[in-house]
Amino acid sequence: MIEFDRVSKRYDNGYEALLDLSFRIERKEMVFLTGRSGAGKSTLLKLIMLMERATQGEVRIAGQNLNAMSRRQIPYLRREIGVVFQNHQLLFDRSVFDNVALPLHIAGYRAREVGRRVRAALAKVGLERYEKQNPLTLSGGEQQRVGIARAVVNKPSLLLADEPTGNLDPGLSADVMSLFEQFNQVGVTILIASHDLSLIARLQHRIITLREGRLLSSAVNPGNVR
Amino acid sequence: MSDNYQRPSRRAERPRAAGASLLQARWTTRLKSWVLHHRQTAKESARRLIKAPWSTFTTCLVLGIALALPSGLYVLLKNVENLSAGWQGAAQITLYLRDAVSDAQGQKLAARLSSRDTIAAADYVAREQTLAEFKQQSGFGDIIDSLDSNPLPAVISVVLADVPDLPKLSEKLLAELDQLEAVESAQLDLAWLQRLYQMMELGRRFAWVLATLLALGVVLIIGNTIRLSIESRRAEIVIVKLVGGTNAFVRRPFLYYGLWYGFGGALCASLVLLIAYYWLQTPLTALASLYADEAEFSGLGVRDTLLMWLAACVLGVFGAWLAVARHLGAIEPR
Repeated sequence: MIEFDRVSKRYDNGYEALLDLSFRIERKEMVFLTGRSGAGKSTLLKLIMLMERATQGEVRIAGQNLNAMSRRQIPYLRREIGVVFQNHQLLFDRSVFDNVALPLHIAGYRAREVGRRVRAALAKVGLERYEKQNPLTLSGGEQQRVGIARAVVNKPSLLLADEPTGNLDPGLSADVMSLFEQFNQVGVTILIASHDLSLIARLQHRIITLREGRLLSSAVNPGNVR
Repeated sequence: MSDNYQRPSRRAERPRAAGASLLQARWTTRLKSWVLHHRQTAKESARRLIKAPWSTFTTCLVLGIALALPSGLYVLLKNVENLSAGWQGAAQITLYLRDAVSDAQGQKLAARLSSRDTIAAADYVAREQTLAEFKQQSGFGDIIDSLDSNPLPAVISVVLADVPDLPKLSEKLLAELDQLEAVESAQLDLAWLQRLYQMMELGRRFAWVLATLLALGVVLIIGNTIRLSIESRRAEIVIVKLVGGTNAFVRRPFLYYGLWYGFGGALCASLVLLIAYYWLQTPLTALASLYADEAEFSGLGVRDTLLMWLAACVLGVFGAWLAVARHLGAIEPR
């Protein structure tokens, strides 16, 4: 699903965020991405989203070489990828429902279909009662779940998450992770950037570790059947 | 595209090109969703403007004033033009006949002239009659009585017909009549009318200059307003781009803002013109009736009002487009 082939990323200011990085994430796999701040986790996710482009090497998503993708195609790539952000990136000028509905409006769904899918997504994260509320009135954990509902509402085959538990207490973090596992079980490929090592060590998934832009290790936890 | 999602197993073994799936959506589906989004965006952007009534109203009022000024000037010019059409009867050519021409010949010539299409009436005035009229009107009766002979020529006064493009036509007719054998000289009493036409031409050009400058003003005002609203919705734009909104999708609400501002501006302009019209109607009609028998002061009219509204909407969208082209590209998710 995701292939990095000798990818380097150097920013305009000369900073080398990624160096000669190669790895592969299979379809339907769930993988954690970890490393200290500045190790290149965010850059890696940005390359997948085409928020940045690789300076060297090739990134392939679902077999498609991103280097060959024009600016005009970027929106359609992003519609195939659900993203969960650390700071939720919710809009506080509209209801929970409208926040979750945004990707569907962009993709041009009809109102009835939008309603059906949004309610299904909110039910999946356990927030169906809050659809009319403003996200500001929700707790941090609930806001994060709204963000997750928005990421999955379009039924993407790939789900990215950037520190999705960064602001949550351990209990809520475990809830959020188990949500991701549920999506993984129905066939969604998932890549989660996290430095919450104690949490992700308990979950039985492959962990890709970066250090200073290079691949340090790509270890499958014992007992993880792939 | 959604079909692929609902049946992921069908394609699970083959790598699927992410970007290509859009091409698989039928164009009718895409057209429908495009129309749908336009409708939603039009409604949503109108709703947002109405939710901030005061700032929307002041912006529209400024636009309305900018639109009303050239339109009002245009109405004024149109009315002067209509009024002057009624004065064309006043355009006269006086033919001074040679002394050798007899009364009978003069009357025959007058009859021949009055049968022309371009001439409404041609009256022969004999020498004795001109003298009598002159004595009566000038007050030099005594002096004229002391003269041995009548110094005044016989005259045919030609009243021009009501035709468009009078000044040019009358010049031509004047030259032609001047060549007639019986005519000593021909004189056109049109100088004041020509002056009026030239004033009106000046006014018309001034209206165009004003319209151009104020159209530029409308574009700039709308552009600036849209720029501010782009700034205030920066977070939303970033998120929309992150979840796959195309540039066209991001642009659309702002273009509709421009459209609604143009529309609101036109509405205000129409109101301003209407108020000004009712306020000025009575004195202007009174003034006009001094110059023409059936003077009526008319407003902008349906056709020109629609034209103004169309122009305002086009300017609105254009101003929004400029702002969007300049500022939207700079907002990318980081």
